[in-house]
Amino acid sequence: MNLAWRDIRHKLGRFVLTCLGLSLLMAVVITMAAMNRGQIEDATALVRSIGADLWVVESGTHGPFSESSRIPGDTREMIMRMESVEQAGAITLQTVQAAHAGRKLRLQVVGFEPGRLGEPVKLIAGRPITRSHFELIADKQTRLQLGETVRLGRDDFTVVGVTSGIVTLSGDSIVFMSLKDAQDLQFQQAPPSARRDAARGQQRSPVDLVNAVVARASPWVSTDEVAETIRRWKHLSVLTDEEQNQLLTRTVIERARKQLGTYMAILTVVSAVIIALIIYTMTMEKIREIAMLKLIGAPDRTIVGLILQQALLMGALSFGAGTALVYTLAQGLFVRRLVVLPTDIAMLFGVVVLVCLVASLLGVRAALRVDPARALTG
Amino acid sequence: MDISPATRPLVEIKGICKHFGEGPTRVDALRDVTMTLWSGEVVGLLGPSGSGKTTLLNAIGAIIEPNGGWMKLDGEVVYDNRWLRSDLRRLRLEKIGFIFQTHNLLPFLNATDNVAVVLQLAGRPREECIRRSVELLEYLEVGHRKDSMPSQLSGGEAQRVAIARALANRPRIILADEPTAALDSVRAEIVMDLLRKLAVEQQATIIAVTHDDKIFGRFDRIFKLRDGRLEDDGKAAEPDVVSP
Ligand SMILES: Nc1ncnc2c1ncn2[C@@H]1O[C@H](COP(=O)(O)OP(=O)(O)O)[C@@H](O)[C@H]1O
Ligand SMILES: [Mg+2]
Repeated sequence: MNLAWRDIRHKLGRFVLTCLGLSLLMAVVITMAAMNRGQIEDATALVRSIGADLWVVESGTHGPFSESSRIPGDTREMIMRMESVEQAGAITLQTVQAAHAGRKLRLQVVGFEPGRLGEPVKLIAGRPITRSHFELIADKQTRLQLGETVRLGRDDFTVVGVTSGIVTLSGDSIVFMSLKDAQDLQFQQAPPSARRDAARGQQRSPVDLVNAVVARASPWVSTDEVAETIRRWKHLSVLTDEEQNQLLTRTVIERARKQLGTYMAILTVVSAVIIALIIYTMTMEKIREIAMLKLIGAPDRTIVGLILQQALLMGALSFGAGTALVYTLAQGLFVRRLVVLPTDIAMLFGVVVLVCLVASLLGVRAALRVDPARALTG
Repeated sequence: MDISPATRPLVEIKGICKHFGEGPTRVDALRDVTMTLWSGEVVGLLGPSGSGKTTLLNAIGAIIEPNGGWMKLDGEVVYDNRWLRSDLRRLRLEKIGFIFQTHNLLPFLNATDNVAVVLQLAGRPREECIRRSVELLEYLEVGHRKDSMPSQLSGGEAQRVAIARALANRPRIILADEPTAALDSVRAEIVMDLLRKLAVEQQATIIAVTHDDKIFGRFDRIFKLRDGRLEDDGKAAEPDVVSP
């Protein structure tokens, strides 16, 4: 018979309540880790959805996300003409504010060339953009519905497709439209200022500018080689997919290390103190029984086992419940994206086991010190 | 029934002293106590409250450490001004059965498991633990309560479960502190008969503290304690040597 389990079963209700309380605390710790992973996922969501090998940007910049980059629209043709490039597409990026259905929308607009690289491939509803004008693919997070129209700049756009899980580094929602529309939205001035410029005899700036050209290398050449060629001959900067991801996640990871790291350290210490107090209280409550066990001849091994097993069971159950809770929240019930990685869970579980063992020391010490004669008094 | 071997000393103590506290608060609970208990005998320990009876049982049972003297249990010198064994719990588990004034059962185990736990600690296989526990409970007429938790048992039932636990590992020395205090006179008789039977069958020695004059007549010898000193060294009633 297992004494630890028998004792728990005897006061099951209280044990379960204690575990529930602890599981909330652990859920907070797990949420922190999952938020960190979520931020990294968010940061790279757009890049991953485009799925390019190479990002060709303005010379001397690390664009288009970390720095602004502008290159001529015909760059795409130039890149495309390279033998080692299989696919390419020009994209633009800009942030717009829009009022829609009584709420303010802050949107990141991605312009792409329909049918070329840069087009969002995974739609969860609707269809790709077929006409080059006034059609929109919106991410689910915008809460724009299929068929809805939204006014951006001076034009009305109709939502024809929906993506999921694509957000910006800062968590803003994303919409996709044709490059042409996006360029108009970005560079076309409103009529009054256009008329004013025309009256002054100023020429309107050329609108065929894009922010980046995304490309995919042919299968028989290495990405790095292609990047090197473009850098040397075309006087443009090139980032590989990996460099772009690193650039995007570096700030997030650094921020996370500092902030979440501190929170998690504090929470771990708090959890350790709370678990230590709970174990100590649980031990002191049955100190007479422990004395009795010693009196009838139970070795220290049995006594220590009793306490450690209870502590570990409590930790494991609470952690399990906490993980289940966070996992449920991660199904879109939380304000931020939560990504629960098995490796993170395994690592945190290791920490919980360690914390439980260390936290038990106080209780174990009290139990080992108790005089068996204590069973006979009071 | 098999023939008992010759009686032999199971408990020999010489000059055992025990005091609590120091200076003005010092209480001398045992002063120079010397006695020998033989296998097969049931010995009574009498004395007013505070005379040191419980302290004496606890010292023999290696629950408290005396301050001086010499003690031999079942042929082994275990104390000579200090404990000579480091595993006193093992000694208790194998050689000594305790029956306390209040039952002291583990509240989180049912009756059977309260008995089985000492068998398990002694390393017996699980089925044997359960079988022997149930047998003992039935023997003590609490078999019908084998699945009850201690809180559901009456005082008498709990006491009999505690006795079953004390007997489980077939100890040679049984220390009973007012074992019949919580029982009515009929049950008290039954328990005393049982202890007697045990002493004879297992060649154990039983030392029982009592105030209960109803059962005085059932002891082979009676020791009287007063202020931590033995008044009567028990020589008046040597045990009957069972001859083959
Ligand atoms: N743990 C202890 N601490 C201090 N004094 C004790 C302790 N145990 C017993 N005593 C004292 O020792 C004396 C003998 O106690 P005890 O053996 O319990 O007597 P009895 O069982 O005969 O009533 C009493 O004066 C009691 O107060
Ligand atoms: Mg007493």
